[in-house]
Formats: sequence, structure tokens, C-alpha cells
Amino acid sequence: MKLKIYFGASSPPLQSLNLKTGDWGTHFAVVDKEKCTGCKVCEQYCPEDCIEVKESGKEKYAVVNYYYCKGCGVCASVCNFGAIKMELKEFFR
Amino acid sequence: MKKVVRGFYAVAYSVKLCRPSVICAYPITPQTEIVENLAQMYADGELENCEYITAESEFGAASILVGASAAGARVFTATCSQGLILMSEILFNAAGLRLPIVLVNTNRALSAPLSIWNDHQDFMVLRDAGIIQVHVENNQEVHDMIPQAYKIAEDKKVLLPFMICMDGFKLTHAYEPIDLLEQETVDSFLPPYKPEYYLTTKKPIAMGCYAPPPFYMEFRVAMQNAMLRAKEIMRKVFREWAEVSGRDWGEHLAVDYPNSRIMVVAMGSIVAPLRKVVKELRSEGLDVGLVKIRTYRPFPVEDVQKELGSSEKIIVLDRSVSFGYEGPLSIDLKAALFGRSVEFYSYIVGLGGRDTSKDFLASIIRNVAHNKEKPGWAFKGYKEFEEVIP
Amino acid sequence: MLIEVRFHGRGGQGVVTAADILAVVGFKEGYYTLSFPMFGAEKRGTPVVSFLRIADEPIAERDEVYNPDYVVLLDPTVIETVNILAGIKNGGMVIANHPKKSDELKTELGAEKLNVKVTTINATKMAIEILGRPITNTAMVGAFAGATRLFKLETVVETVKEWFEDDKISEKNAKLAEKAYRYMMEVCR
Repeated sequence: MKLKIYFGASSPPLQSLNLKTGDWGTHFAVVDKEKCTGCKVCEQYCPEDCIEVKESGKEKYAVVNYYYCKGCGVCASVCNFGAIKMELKEFFR
Repeated sequence: MKKVVRGFYAVAYSVKLCRPSVICAYPITPQTEIVENLAQMYADGELENCEYITAESEFGAASILVGASAAGARVFTATCSQGLILMSEILFNAAGLRLPIVLVNTNRALSAPLSIWNDHQDFMVLRDAGIIQVHVENNQEVHDMIPQAYKIAEDKKVLLPFMICMDGFKLTHAYEPIDLLEQETVDSFLPPYKPEYYLTTKKPIAMGCYAPPPFYMEFRVAMQNAMLRAKEIMRKVFREWAEVSGRDWGEHLAVDYPNSRIMVVAMGSIVAPLRKVVKELRSEGLDVGLVKIRTYRPFPVEDVQKELGSSEKIIVLDRSVSFGYEGPLSIDLKAALFGRSVEFYSYIVGLGGRDTSKDFLASIIRNVAHNKEKPGWAFKGYKEFEEVIP
Repeated sequence: MLIEVRFHGRGGQGVVTAADILAVVGFKEGYYTLSFPMFGAEKRGTPVVSFLRIADEPIAERDEVYNPDYVVLLDPTVIETVNILAGIKNGGMVIANHPKKSDELKTELGAEKLNVKVTTINATKMAIEILGRPITNTAMVGAFAGATRLFKLETVVETVKEWFEDDKISEKNAKLAEKAYRYMMEVCR
């Protein structure tokens, strides 16, 4: 079978979803639902687009997509309410 | 003293022994650890009378080195691929300014598509820049080449930038025993750099002037003359090095089994497995030899004619493409052997880190030897493919 | 003689260091050696590979190792996502840090029908006992040398000791390498 290559080193959209970058990091972000106000600052700063504010009933808080979170810690440092902590993965302890 | 070190360190340690005054670079894979090692030596106070500058880009790094070299400093940098071509505007200038800058290029493919792996496309961009280019086969050779590079580049009859090309990853990342040079050996071989003129307030000059049509051409002829003179100077320095270090790497070419019916020509780290392959094929009864190109610019035309002029078949293994023509090394060899009755089998292999195993190399040579190939050029070692629109 | 070895583990576990230490051990015992990491980018935590070649003449081969004589596994969890047996030579050997018995791991790897020897050592447990941390590279250096009997114990211990600047850490790692070496000598009789 012939190898298929996309013309001019291009690519269809969303191919990178296949690359689960979640196991790259040493740390992962943990959200404290009590402290989180759902302000969405973390959402705007996340370079991987993998933290999202979700609503369930009256609650509104940030949820991390661990399939893609590389553990950079940007969300934790921009959070105005101290609601996000970076925890070292079990593997590295 | 023999020590197990990585390729990066073999370069950095040798640079240190050459007592440079200014080192300036910008990181790029697979070069980064060369300058990381030098930065560490600088931080540890091991580099005497030396300034280490981290630039904001390769363009900046090359510019800083042009300034430093013009002010009389012995300078060093390392780069590759996109970094090298970002430096290229400045490096063409450095050659015209006749500045003996020494740089190590860790040969890497060019984008696009993005590849950090090894081939020979990057340095080919600088082939016509007026920069001396020497290619090495292993980490001992690159370690040995650095003092020789300074000696050749700084020779008053030469005064041109010098580029040492080593294969990225295959050499840079290899951790292997290297016979590290002694400071006394390098000191006795390489005198301090004392340029006849340089930028100083005591005796002001301007450098990098403007040359309208009545004058420009003469400067370029002078550059070419220097390049051609370099051939003899290099020969002398290579011989001297063999005596000083006890390691003889050959001259512009290094030849295994001269005057064979079939000669294989290549440069870089692929030469090491080829040497074994050729030896094995000879035991099968094939009359095959190997020419390793060490000096690529100035191109050793006379040596090529002497070593390859009487062979029947020449197999050239290029690792880059002159798009719309064929492999650049093959083009150069054909020009040097114009008028000789020799068949060329020119193959482009190992682009973007594609492996070139011993079995693969042996099959190429066997096919030519057993008349299964027609003279001409081709890519070897790629898969059948079709292009699709995303 | 050319012996080719592939090391599997995760970034940050010292997979590259294990190959490097053995390159120095081999060099000291008079062999030509060459070790190098997988070509490309590496990140902590992801499965990574490094390589080692040992020969009695200068080594010309600089491609990655595709047909290893030996496969050394530093991290038991890697086998879930990586086929560590890929390309292993007929008659080759897997030296694995794994809590299971050798036969059980051989079955788990799907290697029952292959002419491949699988030997396990619980290096993580040994490392926690001696170092207090689950870093297994020096244990697997000892395990490799003990299982293959390519290198003397003294050379392994000496090289591991020299590797670390801190005296305490170097002593502990040397002890760990020795324990793994002796264990493998016993198992691979």
C-alpha cells in the first residue's frame, strides 16, 4: 500500500488531538471546587486550551482535561482565588 | 587521555583548548549542548580571557562574532539548519570581510516539513559563500579538526571563515571513547591569533566598505584566490597535525583501496559504515574502493581527478538535493571529471534522518557491481507514496 | 563481535545514564563502546529509549538499534504502551525490572513461542530499600552486567561510584548495583 502524504506538509484540522500530551508533565493541575468562582481567567491563559469552566446546577467551576494538561502551571499562577494547585504525579514521588 | 564523552563535549573541550576570546551562540537542536558545555566551562572559570555571549538569535550571534573577529578576537560559534540559514546573510559578509570565524555545523535537515534529524541540506546553502567547509566522520575527527580549523582560517594567506560539518545526532549525541587533546599539544600547534589589522582606536580603520562596479569584482577574485591558496595550506596543516597528534586523517580526501574499478564517494558519518561495507564486499570479490570527501570547499579538483579519474564506475551517495537537478556532491564530481570515460551512479539517501543501514548500503553497491543499475541519478530508500489534499 | 542493547524506561529515570555508565564500564574493560539516546525530543514521564553498542573493534554503526541482542527494561509500566520485544534477535535476552516472575512476564509479553530469554529482577524494590527512591538505573546497570557476565563486578562498582559527586549517593548506588549484579549472577546461572 502506498504511503499517503498531505500535499505541502499540510494537515487536516485537529490531528493533534491524537497526541495525548497529558503524560508529558511532572505535575498536574488540581482545582479546589470550593474556592473556584468560575471566573474563567484560567481558561483564557491556558496555552493548551485544556481547562474549561463547566456549570452543573448552581455550581460553576474549572475542570482540567488531563488527557492534554502538560502541567505547565500557568492556570495556578494566574488564578486570583488560589483555587488551583500543581501536584506532583505519583510516578515522580 | 582517553575518556568516554559525548560528541558535544568533544567539540567544546577542543574549542576550550584553542583559547577563544569570544564565544557567541543561540541554541538549536542538535547543536545546543555544544554551547551549553562551553557556557558551563565559562561559568566554572575554565575559559581564560574569554567572553561568552548568549545572543537573541543566530543572526545576532553571527553579527556579534563579526564584530568581535573584526576587533581581533579568536571566535567560535555552533549552529545548524534553520539557525545556519538565519546566519547566512552575516556569514556571506564574514567571508567578504575575510574574518577567520570558526563554526561547527551539526548537519540537520531544513524545513518544511519540520525535521530536527540529520541530513546535508543545511550546509549546502552556504556552499558558495566563500567559507571553507570540512566534513568529519566521527567525534575524534571533529575534536582534532578544531585546532586545525583555526590554524588554517587564521593563516595570512587564507583569512576566511571555516565551517566544520558534523552529522547531527549520529555524532553529536554519541557517547564514546575520545582521545582528548592536551593543552600543551594545542598550544605548540596553534599560535595565538595576531591579525595584521583590526578595529582599534589606536589605528582607526573602516571595514566592510562599499564597492561600485569598477572595484567589486576584484574583491571577489581575491576571495577566490584565497580559497585556492587554502588548498595547499590545508594540506600542510593536515600533515603537520598527523605528526603532532599521531592521528592521520588523510588530506582533502581519504581513500580506502585506491584505483578500484568501482569507487564509492561520500562524506560525513556515513563513511564509517561504508568503510566496513566496502571491506566486506571486497571479500566477496568485488573490486570496490571508497573515497571520503573531507574538504568540500575549496573543492579538491586535482585530488578527485587523481583518485577517481581512472575508475570505471563511481557511486556517489548524496544526502541533500539540488532541487531540479540532482545531488550537489554528484554535480561537483561530474564537473571535476569532465571528459573522462567514467559512469556515474548518483544516489540521494538518508534525508531527514532516514536510516542508511549497512545492508542498505551494501545492496546499492552490489546492484551497481552486478550491472543491475543504469548510470544516472535516483533517490534510494524511500517509500512509494501519493500526495493527497487535506 | 558486536553486541547491541536497547534500554526502555521513562524520561527522568536515567535510561540514558544507564547506557552511558555501561559504555564507560565496557571502555574500562577494553571494549569499544558507543551509547546514545533515541534521536529526537525527550520529555519527563514519557516512554524513552536509549542504546548501547559494545564491540572489540571500532564501532562504525551509528543508526539506532533495531535488532538488539539485549533489551533492558527500567520501568515495568512501559510494557503497557511499548513493544519492548520489537526486533529482538533470535536467542536474545530481556533483562527486566518487574515484580513478576520471569515466566509470568514472558507470557505477559507474548514471547512464549520466541527463542528469547526473559529474566526479571525487582529493581524498584531494591532501589527503595537502598536509595529510598524508585530510581532503578544503577540497579539495572548491575543487573545487565550480572546477567550477561560481560563485565566484572569491580568495574561496575567502581564506575557507578565515580558517576556521582556526592559520596553518600555514590556509595548507595554502588551498593545497589552490586546487589543487582549478584542477584542476576545467581538467577542466570
